[in-house]
Amino acid sequence: MDRRSVLKIAGAVSAATGAMFAVPRMALAAYSDAIFKQKAGADALQNAFGANATTPSDQVKLKAPDIAENGAVVPVSVETDMDAESIAILITENPSPLAITADIPAGTKAMVKTRCRMGKTTQVTAVVKSGGKLYTASKEVKVTIGGCGG
Amino acid sequence: MSSIRIKAKDRKGLVDVKCLMKHNMETGLRKDKSGKKIPEHWIQDVSAESNGKVVFSAAFNTSISKDPYLSFAFSGKKGDSLKISWKDNTGVTDSAETVIK
Repeated sequence: MDRRSVLKIAGAVSAATGAMFAVPRMALAAYSDAIFKQKAGADALQNAFGANATTPSDQVKLKAPDIAENGAVVPVSVETDMDAESIAILITENPSPLAITADIPAGTKAMVKTRCRMGKTTQVTAVVKSGGKLYTASKEVKVTIGGCGG
Repeated sequence: MSSIRIKAKDRKGLVDVKCLMKHNMETGLRKDKSGKKIPEHWIQDVSAESNGKVVFSAAFNTSISKDPYLSFAFSGKKGDSLKISWKDNTGVTDSAETVIK
């Protein structure tokens, strides 16, 4: 085998491994480290939705307590009348801010309720993806006892 | 018994679903008595199917509370089936099925 064909093979192999490690475009509500392990909310949104430009909107309804005595269980609910494709909740001060992404197929109400952990007093942001754009509503939750362990 | 408890009720064509999953949801930040970190262990993916069609799916981070609670609503009717399943980061899965009331 001459040098040229060896190089060719090496090139092909590295191209193949490169393709393997390239981040595939994930279906939205599937867990991925690339989305959830981000330290900045904007990066998490970028990786989850392919955009991080957000517009505050009063059509996004975020419900969370003003004061949470126990940061380990804070009820949060997000609802909107918009035609939403997906909903996400960001907890700004947490080590990894993105808490949940939910896919809303046609026929499902644009609503999600869950309970989150909050490490300390933080801004909570509800993100709704509608028509390819991101709309948000935010609220500060005061946390008396943190819920992230440590 | 399954780790998932589901309540699904038809309210005028909109099925109101409430579900509780039993899971430790370790963040990986907590330490045990000897100061060693407890490894992360949490539910990553949750999906709900009604009559074989996906009606809701979500991805969780470790910042969802222990024994996660999830509530959502979709258009369906009494008597339809509803199956909710989850998968955690260690590959364990569980599912539960119920009939909409």
